[in-house]
Amino acid sequence: MAETATPAETAHVDRVRGARRSPAEHLAEAFTSGSVPGTVTLTEIPYQTMVGVRVHPASDAGSRVASVTGGLPATCGAVTGSAVSGKDSVNTLWLGPTEFMVVAPEEAHDSLGGSLVSDLTTALGNDAGQVVDLSANRTTFELSGSHARAVLEKTCALDLHPRVFKAGTAVSTELAHIPVMLWKTSDESYRIFPRASFADFLGRWLLDAMREYASPEVP
Amino acid sequence: MLLISCPNCGPRDETEFHYGGQAHVAYPESPNDLTDREWAEYLFYRENTKGTFAERWVHSTGCRQWFNMLRDTVSYEIHSIYGMGQPRPDIKVPGQRSEPDKPGEFTQTGEFGQTEPGLAPGAPTTGVPISGATAPTSSEGV
Repeated sequence: MAETATPAETAHVDRVRGARRSPAEHLAEAFTSGSVPGTVTLTEIPYQTMVGVRVHPASDAGSRVASVTGGLPATCGAVTGSAVSGKDSVNTLWLGPTEFMVVAPEEAHDSLGGSLVSDLTTALGNDAGQVVDLSANRTTFELSGSHARAVLEKTCALDLHPRVFKAGTAVSTELAHIPVMLWKTSDESYRIFPRASFADFLGRWLLDAMREYASPEVP
Repeated sequence: MLLISCPNCGPRDETEFHYGGQAHVAYPESPNDLTDREWAEYLFYRENTKGTFAERWVHSTGCRQWFNMLRDTVSYEIHSIYGMGQPRPDIKVPGQRSEPDKPGEFTQTGEFGQTEPGLAPGAPTTGVPISGATAPTSSEGV
């Protein structure tokens, strides 16, 4: 943790941070200029800690893992963990009956002084299952604003109407024909997790889909 | 586009799924005792049913779980979705000719690889007639 870090550890963490390149880093400027504040905005939340967990939730290992993550979601769409707004929020997304994705801020990663991955590995122990550090597998886009749903509805086949797709739901689906996790974090905010190699494509696709909302609405 | 109801995730577009071929093809009890022909039939010979067909699907973009589906290969209507390992549900579809699609029903004479009965003109037609060739025309264009 930061308060106990020696100068050498701090230097190491700085080196790690300096060496990283996020998958959509080159689009940051385009995201800023393409966003329409109050209507729809797109940002990348880079370097989030993500851990893929495969464990049977009803097993002993499952309950030990659940105690680290703050519960394991039981059904498709369910998300467990603390509120998303918090800086230290650790959330678990349902990927399958025995497969989960733990999403946490970058500080939770072991290379930056956190202990999430090692905690989960310890919790699983030698039981059946796996804990894999997938932090570099996906990046995170945050699409928010009153027209965020309209942007997503251009490509998403799911019913995104709030009566069906409620805040606090995360599903694995397709956007623009690429597989993503889509997490509705609040009424007008979505987090999209594309794999790193799709980040450029999806970022540009979303920018294009957002462009019409920069112009005044034609009555 | 099919709308397939995944047992875990609910209705999703067909593009999220992958097809896994004919369901209920049992692994041979003693594979070592099989002749090359029998082994090849287990591996490669599948029904080409016109009508209700039991097949495997996987929700590859979603929960990545396999399941079985009873689907009409003519109308694409999905009659039933059931779990892996469960027996094929006995569903009678009105107006559908009941054609068995059990594996192993397909028979063919001659040594394997020697002749190609379906391709060679004038090949001996001692096998079972190809399904559909003698089918009643009432089911066409359903």
